Amino acid sequence: MSSCAAKMPPASSLPPLEPNTRRRIAIIGMPNTGKSTFFNRLTGASARIGNWPGVTVDLLAARLIVGDSVVELVDLPGLYDMRGFSEDEAVVRNFLCSQRVDVVAIVINSVQIERQLHLACQIRALGLPAVLVLNMQDEAEQLGVRIDTAKLSQLLNMPVVAVSAKLGRGMNQIVPTFQRVLHTHQSVAVTQEKFEQLPSDEVIHTETKALFHAAVDIPVLASKQLASRLDKWLLHPLLGLPLFFLILFALFQAVYILGAPLQEAVDIGQGWLKDTILTPIFSYAPAIVSSFVLDGLWDGLATVATFVPIIIVFFLFMAVVEDTGYFSRAAYLMDAFMAKLGLDGRSFVMILMGFGCNVPALMGTRVMRSKALRLLTMLIIPFSLCSARLQVFLFLATILFSPQQAPLVLFSLYLLSVFTAVLTAFIFKRFFKDREPFVLELPPYRLPTIRMLWLRAWQEARHFLQRATKFIVLGVTLVWALTHLPIGVVVASPESWAGAVGAFFQPVLAPIGIDNQMAIALIFGFVAKEIVVGSLAVIYGLQDTALSQQIAASMDWVQCYSFMIFTLIYTPCLSTVATLYAESKSKWFTALAVAWPLLLAWLASYGFYHAARALGY
Amino acid sequence: MTKSLRSLSTGQKAYIDAISVSPEFAHRLSALGLRVGQLVEVIRRAPFAGPLQLRIGTTDVIMRRQDAASILVTAA
Repeated sequence: MSSCAAKMPPASSLPPLEPNTRRRIAIIGMPNTGKSTFFNRLTGASARIGNWPGVTVDLLAARLIVGDSVVELVDLPGLYDMRGFSEDEAVVRNFLCSQRVDVVAIVINSVQIERQLHLACQIRALGLPAVLVLNMQDEAEQLGVRIDTAKLSQLLNMPVVAVSAKLGRGMNQIVPTFQRVLHTHQSVAVTQEKFEQLPSDEVIHTETKALFHAAVDIPVLASKQLASRLDKWLLHPLLGLPLFFLILFALFQAVYILGAPLQEAVDIGQGWLKDTILTPIFSYAPAIVSSFVLDGLWDGLATVATFVPIIIVFFLFMAVVEDTGYFSRAAYLMDAFMAKLGLDGRSFVMILMGFGCNVPALMGTRVMRSKALRLLTMLIIPFSLCSARLQVFLFLATILFSPQQAPLVLFSLYLLSVFTAVLTAFIFKRFFKDREPFVLELPPYRLPTIRMLWLRAWQEARHFLQRATKFIVLGVTLVWALTHLPIGVVVASPESWAGAVGAFFQPVLAPIGIDNQMAIALIFGFVAKEIVVGSLAVIYGLQDTALSQQIAASMDWVQCYSFMIFTLIYTPCLSTVATLYAESKSKWFTALAVAWPLLLAWLASYGFYHAARALGY
Repeated sequence: MTKSLRSLSTGQKAYIDAISVSPEFAHRLSALGLRVGQLVEVIRRAPFAGPLQLRIGTTDVIMRRQDAASILVTAA
């Protein structure tokens, strides 16, 4: 047996476990093995972003009750090889070296067991107590892949559990298995030397081959008729790309059709709350307090809250597209084009991911080895129209455009978002010249389950709400103060502080059709786009229909679209700027990534505004 | 007869003879199942000199033609 087995003393020689010692289970596995699904299944939606001393990146962690103790479960980044060269692989190594780990749960895709088993061999060689989780059992069964878990467990000298995290099958064995390993093993911290002493690729390969032949029975070529029929159309040389954009367009249309009535319902609910409960209560409070709470906090927060249903619907659809494996197909379709921009197919997928939130998309660039390629991708991700911006556009599009026009306006903004990203790559590619070999796995098509979709959508909505409450309370408070002070001024009038700020920026913003009030919203939008709509509610001191009517009266569609163009292109939010700096570790790059979009935003808005006016609109 | 993976046409199968890329990239290819001796099939080729879709066992990968040029194969 391997050298590490000898280093693990039998259970009897261990000192009794202290009940309060926090023990740790780390999940590792390749990308696309359903690692996150497994993690979510075990922990529900209780995960939080955690920090560990000596580990520079944020990882997802959750508490898990194993027997009578609470264990910390950490989801480590996806990796292909314990000795790999990508940043994520370095993160995993660094984690295992700096933190004591009690159990490593190795999650592998049963269908691809042949080329994933080496992770188990490597973990064993490192001397870490481990449990091998054979995930996607349902797909393996469909494809006729049979794995003898008892045999594999005996040969690897570690527990082996077959599950389908997606369907929840076999998951009840996981915690008892963890418990057994926790009882018989002590935590281990690996040294850097251990990694250097890992057996060579050939040795590991021979080892996994032997394991594979002994324990796995796989049909020569699994039936993939449906997949190849789908691929025939979706990867079609001529129709592939048009189909891709058609699917995206249908998605936005569906989000709008399904989301708008839900938004209406929430809006009616919050209006009722304000009129029948809050207003009577605060009628006894001093005018300044009631104004702050009702016209400041409540209007701001409530207006933003009405967008939660639409965000959930949006992510439900995005999750379908992502979970089915269509994103990797998009990378295939777009790679030839992206190569001309000095990027590759993955950069395009990151832009699509950025449609949710730019921050995780920026962090996703860690899979890129080439610094130049990664920086160029990071430069274009902030142009991706994120959910916070979507909310601003939904709000304004509904006010100034007809129900027939609004989805088209939205789609045009998505196109503009991709176009500005492409333009930026085209302009800056000469400064970020490098080439990285491009190879990417094309995962099989998967049918997402309702539960997984819901969990995804809920997590995203929660993330949106958390950010929203954090930034909005602060932003709305500030906007309220600026528009209502000094005491006694007409709200947001030229005499208020906000009026002064607006006037200061007037020379820059007037040429693109943005008036004083809208300028305030734009300035605060720099902190986070979630603030924009809330601050408009505060600036105008109105909400619901009254706010819509006021905005509709204060600008025409040309000004509105110019405002949307500016909002789309300029710096998405402070979190994005912080992430750009954290990931690039360069002040100059961060400065460029802020200054260039600002300039481009102004030029684009100016160009549109004057062109539209010249055409007589 | 040995030729590059890039020169295979759609639907052709071949055994990998040699992979002459950086150790780092070889590592990644090996993790994806692309190793000397393995059978690989070209499923489709993207237009405008786009990537190749390859099948190795039950795994599908996409690879740029430029990179496929550094992999030598013998037609099966």
